[in-house]
Amino acid sequence: MSTALADARLKAKAIGDCTAIIALLPYAQWLGVEMRLLSTEPQFNLPFKPLLMGNPTLPAIHGGVTATFMETAAILHLGFILDETRMPKSIDFSVDYLRSAACVESFAACTVSRLGRRVAQVQIRCWQEDSERPVAVARAHFLLTADVE
Amino acid sequence: MPTPNPRFLEALQRSFTNYTPHIKALGVEVESIAAEASTLRLPFQAHFIGDVARGRLHTGVITTLVDTACGLAALARVGRPAAVATLDLRVDYLRSAYAGQDLFCRACCYRLTSTIAFLRASVWQETDVIIAESMGAFVITELPQRKATA
Repeated sequence: MSTALADARLKAKAIGDCTAIIALLPYAQWLGVEMRLLSTEPQFNLPFKPLLMGNPTLPAIHGGVTATFMETAAILHLGFILDETRMPKSIDFSVDYLRSAACVESFAACTVSRLGRRVAQVQIRCWQEDSERPVAVARAHFLLTADVE
Repeated sequence: MPTPNPRFLEALQRSFTNYTPHIKALGVEVESIAAEASTLRLPFQAHFIGDVARGRLHTGVITTLVDTACGLAALARVGRPAAVATLDLRVDYLRSAYAGQDLFCRACCYRLTSTIAFLRASVWQETDVIIAESMGAFVITELPQRKATA
């Protein structure tokens, strides 16, 4: 079945252009989330821009932005690696902030630790200049067959 | 629970949404603010959508609103200027959030120690049905002594 997600996934896999997948999530697009493929693994980045700022005194990126970036990474990761026709639906999300996020580019990568028929669990790492020093780690559950409300 | 300085709460209500660039960009509004609980409203904008096919909001919008409401509620409970940083946050997405409707979040600091604030928050849209529940811990840091502005 051809859907916007299936079409966008095909395009990403064929020519490595992930803009059509991101466009399915207008909020992620508004924040400026980008996705690229390192070999076949999706990696995500969020270039800094002033509207992402939380505390202007530190200064730091808003914790909600970092959380949203990580949730978005998990959704796009599943949307890309699975063969679903719709984006996965969030069940819950839990984030631990390890250090404040500076006003520079952020990166995220996901590990799928549970992949059932209906539910997936994804762990997400977010870092900035040093990949060994994550600014936050998170985990989230998603409903995969979410066509029924 | 100590009674916070009412002037601090008034200053907080005036300055909170303007102080933080991201909160200003989202268009967050303070509905009410008190030591017991604080409520924020987020008027709908088209770019909050996270699922075009289903017409649902991005759950990140909810997470950001919860994080912000909890930070405000912690500060209101502390009752004086302080730095509030999120330690952890968990959000359960009980129901879908619909495009076209505003979001509301009420956060309550149910325990405050000298360093940590424990918060609960609930999110709803135009009906009173709760669409998300959240719990989080925040670190409170005293600001260096200076003129007390929120």
